Amino acid sequence: MAPKRTLIVCRKPPYGNALAREALDVALTAAVFEQPLAMLFIGDGVWQLLDQQDSAGIKQKNHSKVISAFPLYELTELYIDADAMQQRQLSHDHFVVAVKPLAADELGDFIARFDTVLSF
Amino acid sequence: MTLHIVNKSPDQTQCLKDCLRVFRPGDGLLLIEDAVYGALVNSPYAALLQNRPLVYALIADIEARGLSAMDTGSIKRINDKQFVDLTVQHSPVQSWY
Repeated sequence: MAPKRTLIVCRKPPYGNALAREALDVALTAAVFEQPLAMLFIGDGVWQLLDQQDSAGIKQKNHSKVISAFPLYELTELYIDADAMQQRQLSHDHFVVAVKPLAADELGDFIARFDTVLSF
Repeated sequence: MTLHIVNKSPDQTQCLKDCLRVFRPGDGLLLIEDAVYGALVNSPYAALLQNRPLVYALIADIEARGLSAMDTGSIKRINDKQFVDLTVQHSPVQSWY
């Protein structure tokens, strides 16, 4: 039986609550067990991808350092809501990993390709 | 004068807009945690916050989120000690979350 394809949808910015961090924990766990996994960053979730995060001053674990390790876990199916990027005037240069942009009219069909969707 | 402290991203909740409804000239407004995204000049909320006196954003939260190099315009970046000073200088202090 083919393994189920899972999509993790990230809608929250990092640090303000635990959801962003928990999504990364799920992603890394699934990767260790070699489950097919993709992540989609939409809305405020795109803030998670910013480079140059320095969380020492708020005594929390650095979110972008974990994301920068994704390629080591072969977590490379990373997608971003292009509208959310544009609204926040962000470019790919701002991000800590390579992400593939999806237009607003592609998002619904993209999500529908997965067996399971986990929303954070 | 009241110090208003907002801690949610303006894209997630009504906190910022609700706060500004009751904000009086002379009140202070401090953006902390996810509210610091609203401090960016490139934010869709810049028109609500830029060129307004007594608007502050906490440096530790700006640094944590990787926003240090981005333009926060007229909004004053303050450290934790200045945060404490603001709470002492104002009464009451209202949190919006």
